[in-house]
Amino acid sequence: MQLPVLNSAANEAPKSGCSAGSCGSTDDQMNHLPEHIRQKVFNHPCYSEEAHHYFARMHVAVAPACNIQCNYCNRKYDCANESRPGVVSELHHPVQAVKKVLAVAATIPQMTVLGIAGPGDPLANPERTFETFRMLSEQAPDIKLCVSTNGLSLPEQVEELSKYNIDHVTITINCVDPDVGAQIYPWIFWKNKRIKGREAAEILIAQQQKGLEMLVAKGILVKVNSVMIPGVNDKHLEEVSKIVKAKGAFLHNVMPLISEAEHGTFYGLTGQRGPTNEELQALQDACEGDMNMMRHCRQCRADAVGLLGEDRGSEFTMDKVEQMEINYPEAMKMRAEVHAAINEELESKRLAKESKVQLVSIQGVQKKEVTRPVLMAVATKGGGVINEHFGHAGEFLIYEASSDGVRFIGHRKTTPYCEGDISCGDGESVLDKTLKVLAGCEAVLCSKVGYEPWGPLEAAGIQPNGEHAMEPIEDAVLKVYEEMRIAGKLEAKLDEQQKVA
Amino acid sequence: MALEIIELCTNCWACEPLCPSKAIYEAKPHFMIDPDKCNECSGDFEDSQCASICPIEGAILNADGEPMNPPGSLTNIPLQKLAA
Repeated sequence: MQLPVLNSAANEAPKSGCSAGSCGSTDDQMNHLPEHIRQKVFNHPCYSEEAHHYFARMHVAVAPACNIQCNYCNRKYDCANESRPGVVSELHHPVQAVKKVLAVAATIPQMTVLGIAGPGDPLANPERTFETFRMLSEQAPDIKLCVSTNGLSLPEQVEELSKYNIDHVTITINCVDPDVGAQIYPWIFWKNKRIKGREAAEILIAQQQKGLEMLVAKGILVKVNSVMIPGVNDKHLEEVSKIVKAKGAFLHNVMPLISEAEHGTFYGLTGQRGPTNEELQALQDACEGDMNMMRHCRQCRADAVGLLGEDRGSEFTMDKVEQMEINYPEAMKMRAEVHAAINEELESKRLAKESKVQLVSIQGVQKKEVTRPVLMAVATKGGGVINEHFGHAGEFLIYEASSDGVRFIGHRKTTPYCEGDISCGDGESVLDKTLKVLAGCEAVLCSKVGYEPWGPLEAAGIQPNGEHAMEPIEDAVLKVYEEMRIAGKLEAKLDEQQKVA
Repeated sequence: MALEIIELCTNCWACEPLCPSKAIYEAKPHFMIDPDKCNECSGDFEDSQCASICPIEGAILNADGEPMNPPGSLTNIPLQKLAA
């Protein structure tokens, strides 16, 4: 079959004007990447806070088997209502999975990336994983493929991996010290035996590091995921970050441990807590000196479909997919047009931002006053502007403004204020929860804030602000920061902090 | 002398490709072991392969009907927490 030639412009990344590194605004990890890597990942929603508003990803659950046990995972779990890694509602055979991918790609043209992430370990299911990749490489060459793994069988699979359209591999590396590893992994299956304790961790770590080196040598991009487990590997992850960067990983994603007791995991049942937002951010900041950190991971399910943070999986259950008639070569033409239009929009946004950055840096020469950094929360539905009501926000993006500019720090989830005003367990009101989630922020920028939450927000030291609706996020954050500077709010607190310190 | 998979099985496929006797097969509601083919891996491996990779405590029983992986043996979760 002759496939239509894709519009090559659709596959080309908008040129980066600031590939040399920092450009005032540091909200986007991609700006720090070398140009050749940026070209590969610019339309990957998982790698950029900006791209994820435009491009979508999906996971197919073809890989149920696993060759290790992690203390944050419960292999019995299978739930339709929960959003977290390792959870799926239906398992697919490769032929079904490919059908589903083509259906989603034809319906959601923004879908650029297909990942296999479980619910077990994709490389512990090599036949099913590679059969899926093989068919997709042939039938849908416009879809990027990626895979995540615990790394145990990675070295023996690198050769096979390099045959497909796979340019991103994610390895979950939680430690490089077997004594730490023994507290995270109770067992591995290795050379026809179940191995436990420190010995198991030692083998796993050696395989992960070897796999990382082999992938880098092959020119395949490697992202490293780490789960931050307070008291177990939190201090240790800085060292992990240094080592994986030195070996050539291009991005490090430190994620918080999820350990609700009802998930039935070892950590959940033994009361191991996850990190607070502040602890997570402090660790990400500490690692950032060493490498590119990922800040917007939403820790999605192993069968998620759609934009990050949304899941349209229920529209594409297998019974629905079987009813759909997909002409993929036709769909591919439409997809190429959609991608080209998105790239055009991203490019014009980038140019606008660049000219602004130059302006800021010219002005910056004149005033060299150093002011303290301030965290602000932003309610947005996407598109890089402030366009969400306070009461409708299910998550807030956190930005840090300082005399160096504005940078994206991460996102924090909550329950929308307007959705349930009674309580959400333990007598804690929804607003109380949001106040807790926004701890450390001094302002919250939204398109509108109601009268009721206004007082409590102010009382908690978080200034509600609805004056910048529809404005670009960074511009608004900078304006509010400037207002705070003029009001003398940026020095006063520094003294207090110094006193405390 | 044969092992048995019971209803705790989550159908994760981990055991099926490992069986040297091809005794394990996909079935509803869960994978099964053909007792005529299973020899508990004797002569092939030191440990029964299915029971060595199975992540679910209690899902595989030995010939005496006892779990190959008793509660707590794989997850290290204390028994009183498992019961709760």
